[in-house]
Amino acid sequence: MNLTAVRAIYRFEMARARRTLLQSIVSPVLSTSLYFVVFGGAIGSRISEIQGVSYGAFIVPGLIMLMLLTQSVSNASFAIFFPKFSGTIYELLSAPISHFEIVLGYVGAAATKSVILGLLILATASLFVPLQIQHPIWMLLFLVLTAMTFSLLGFIIGIWADNFEKLQLVPLLVITPLTFLGGTFYSIDMLPSIWQTLTLANPVVYLVSGFRWSFFGINDVSLAASLGMILLFLGLCLAIVAWIFRTGYRIRP
Amino acid sequence: MNDSLTVTQQSRATSAPSDVAPAIVSVRNLTKTYASGYQALKPIDLEIRRGEIFALLGPNGAGKTTLISIICGLVNPSGGTVLADGHDIVRDYRAARERIGLVPQELTSDAFESVWNTVSFSRGLFGKPADPAHVERVLKDLALWDKRDNKLITLSGGMKRRVLIAKALSHEPQILFLDEPTAGVDVELRRDMWNVVRRLREAGVTIILTTHYIEEAEEMADRIGVINKGEIILVREKRELMRQLGRKQMTLQLQQPLAAIPPALADYPLELADDGFELTYSYDSQQEQTGITGLLNAVNAAGIEVKDLQTRQSSLEDIFVNLVKERQ
Repeated sequence: MNLTAVRAIYRFEMARARRTLLQSIVSPVLSTSLYFVVFGGAIGSRISEIQGVSYGAFIVPGLIMLMLLTQSVSNASFAIFFPKFSGTIYELLSAPISHFEIVLGYVGAAATKSVILGLLILATASLFVPLQIQHPIWMLLFLVLTAMTFSLLGFIIGIWADNFEKLQLVPLLVITPLTFLGGTFYSIDMLPSIWQTLTLANPVVYLVSGFRWSFFGINDVSLAASLGMILLFLGLCLAIVAWIFRTGYRIRP
Repeated sequence: MNDSLTVTQQSRATSAPSDVAPAIVSVRNLTKTYASGYQALKPIDLEIRRGEIFALLGPNGAGKTTLISIICGLVNPSGGTVLADGHDIVRDYRAARERIGLVPQELTSDAFESVWNTVSFSRGLFGKPADPAHVERVLKDLALWDKRDNKLITLSGGMKRRVLIAKALSHEPQILFLDEPTAGVDVELRRDMWNVVRRLREAGVTIILTTHYIEEAEEMADRIGVINKGEIILVREKRELMRQLGRKQMTLQLQQPLAAIPPALADYPLELADDGFELTYSYDSQQEQTGITGLLNAVNAAGIEVKDLQTRQSSLEDIFVNLVKERQ
């Protein structure tokens, strides 16, 4: 195990985040805070409590998930896309490191950034709404697992994309709609029954539900289903990454 | 990590350069066919000797970069094996790659990184513990020390090229690949670069460079390989190559044009050129008898008046062009 190399990649990526602090930390925290103000404050005051939780508090876990998914994907995809685009990936490919170590460095850094962001947003949210976290360990587990899984997904997208448009395609056309329709702003039993069934095909529902349960003890689907879904996703992403490296897909002809 | 480091040191200590030194890079039956079906390399065999400067010449698209890319791990081989200092580049890639440094053809860099950080990053990536003293030495050797805090985006093309060399040297490789090191570099910087390469060779680094500039190979290389259409068509000592293929020509410029070569001169390999105003005589300057005296006497006896005379050694470029042409 070439831990020195993993550390080098990890530090390099974290330094990149520090250099672009405004874009990587300040901007997501600010935009998520705007959601609290608009949805939680303005709209929330007209919506009654959901299963005993005020609407302002109810949307916090969903909003953290929304940000976690989009930031993990965009962070990790850019981190590997850019060396490919600029050509500096030659160094990575010629270095004495295994595929696993490359993923560990890049995905580790992207997931770390997402977790830090998630906690920052949580802290910001607690300024606006009274929050309780019933199961903090579960909360952290969901946070870390989701950050890892979607950073892996971002890594895959970054390798697959051969131009900037494709890099944006999946986050914009897949992740964002799934998140908005994934129970971020509502409980799925607020939907008409046909949509309740359809929405169960949306994986994000399970993530948001499990994460929300760790806060308030309320969920749309069972905890086991939430955990199972995130682990299934993680396994799927790991399998795709393994395939990418075995075949050299798009990086090592 | 520590294990691999001691292995490197040991193999360095036991591998003093000598005439019978085993090859430091040995390529056997290496082939590459890209997914598109394009065959970039036909089966290639090549041995690079420890401590030499080896120049790989070839026209565009000959397979130079593909060959280097396979050895360095950027491209997967389709068949055959490559050993770097005895380590298989696929099976034992860690040990093999640790010994290899690569300076790519394209000037690529992380625009917003500083020189110092990017070179230190490269060292870490290759699994070597931080060593500021070594990084400092490399930067000073490449005249980059004053620029160590500059962002890469602010550097000139020549400076960026040096940074790429510094990155490749950051992990103390034994084998250095330079892919077109002086492409688009001005004359002065090219001279500097050649000096850098010579110093590295003196330090015991084996250097493999590809180049378009024949004069570069002529100036630097100990041995020369010519690759064309995915095949190595020749590997030879540079001196031997120059001697064997390096013919000399003597050109006589005449006062009066000749319609044909006079019968008195028929014994000499002569060619008539420039509308009969020039007689060109090809000979081998290494032979005891070059035949020049005899020819000049015969020319004199035939009553041909000579206005001027010049001799010319064919350059590596002529050799190269002829070789590639012959194959086509």
